[in-house]
Amino acid sequence: MDDKNTILCRCEDLTREAILDCIKAGYCTIDEIKRVTRAGMGPCQGRTCRMLIAQELSSYYGIPMEEVLMTTFRPPTKPIRMGVLADAYKEGGAEE
Amino acid sequence: MKKGYDVIIIGGGIVGCATAFELAKRGITDVLLIEKGYLSSGATGRCGAGIRQQWGSELNARIAMESTHIFENLEEYTGYKHSCGLHQGGYLLVAYTEKEWAQFQENLKVQHSLGIDSRAVDLKEAKEIVPYLNTEGMFGATFCQKDGHADPFHCTQAYAQGARRMGVEFLTYTEATGLIIRGGHIAGVETTKGTFEASTVINCANVRAPELAKMAGEELPIVSERHQALVTEPVAPLIDCMVMSFHRSYYVQQTPHGSFVMGIGPKEEPSFNFKSSWQFLEKNCAVMCEALPILRKLNVVRQWAGQYDLSPDRNPIIDEAKEARGFYSVCGFSGHGFMVAPRIAILMANHLARQEDTMDIRMFSQERYKTGKLLLEPAVV
Repeated sequence: MDDKNTILCRCEDLTREAILDCIKAGYCTIDEIKRVTRAGMGPCQGRTCRMLIAQELSSYYGIPMEEVLMTTFRPPTKPIRMGVLADAYKEGGAEE
Repeated sequence: MKKGYDVIIIGGGIVGCATAFELAKRGITDVLLIEKGYLSSGATGRCGAGIRQQWGSELNARIAMESTHIFENLEEYTGYKHSCGLHQGGYLLVAYTEKEWAQFQENLKVQHSLGIDSRAVDLKEAKEIVPYLNTEGMFGATFCQKDGHADPFHCTQAYAQGARRMGVEFLTYTEATGLIIRGGHIAGVETTKGTFEASTVINCANVRAPELAKMAGEELPIVSERHQALVTEPVAPLIDCMVMSFHRSYYVQQTPHGSFVMGIGPKEEPSFNFKSSWQFLEKNCAVMCEALPILRKLNVVRQWAGQYDLSPDRNPIIDEAKEARGFYSVCGFSGHGFMVAPRIAILMANHLARQEDTMDIRMFSQERYKTGKLLLEPAVV
């Protein structure tokens, strides 16, 4: 695979090479890679890159995919405009 | 791996990592840092990332100012190759009540006595600093250009990598499960990856600090309170500074990457709840869109929750356990640990290395809750 031109995280424009460099530097989970590179922090919130990075970790460490530690899946499921949410609150949003 | 160290630090947030770095700088390099998750996976990585010197007590203003000076050169200071993302676009603290506005004038006097370059601004100037600000209901604001925000992940990594280069060892995904105490002195830490001996242990576990301290016979008066935040999609630069209100309890900043990070602080019952809620999402957007109406157009991409380790006077507790000498707790930062960590780490390292410090570490002892010498702070969320 062409490391330099293969994009793993489309939102943040990160190549496979950038992710592999990060793994080689000792960052050993998707969570850590996310925080140093921003992989998975864009509009899709990791829907594309999360499993691709998991595959890279799986092959680098020689462990099965199910042993790769998953990140927390955080809301909202898809981007929502702040104005829509603000109006929802004014229309009777609940206090906790 | 070795079985014993001079010092073990529990907690890989910015306080633990900065303390490891400062100890190593003073020649104490036989140090092991253990962290339950990954570095900055707790409060540090969940915080609002703000750095401000506009405090109301001389002590906090001084700690924050001296910490800011370190943040200004953190890459060079620690030898970190990546940027720590410091952006000194300033902090605009807005007053919504007359009482708050009067308090701000007092705070400015304290800040000026230390040489902090803060000033009062009228609503016209506030709008010049933040063109999209809705100044309705505001009395005025104070501004300090040298305040700002930095990247908590990279700041923590900078300290950790600097410490590692000097010989500090790190064990991540390792939980401290017990303490070994012999003859009234700490002797080691039991972890999920084995037992390690040490005659000095530093508890930097944030909201988990009280349960560790309890194993050393210390009761820490700290409660954990959930606070939530969210981040938007990135857009072109709109505001350069952090905007913050104590009265309405909100903060918002635009990161160098272009996304807006913000949060509001509703009062909640103590909990270890790390889950985010839709109620926060709606209320936060209502509060923030009122203060900065332009935000209505932005998409929220992610929300999360973290914990404040609240002490009774909202200031840190640094204490040695009476029944386990050598066991220190450094905790209770009450939501502003990130911005003061550089200076607190120096204080702690100076104490352990028996070097002089211009600050007296004893004032942070929890004895103050008995003697009444509280570290009161008027400018805190």
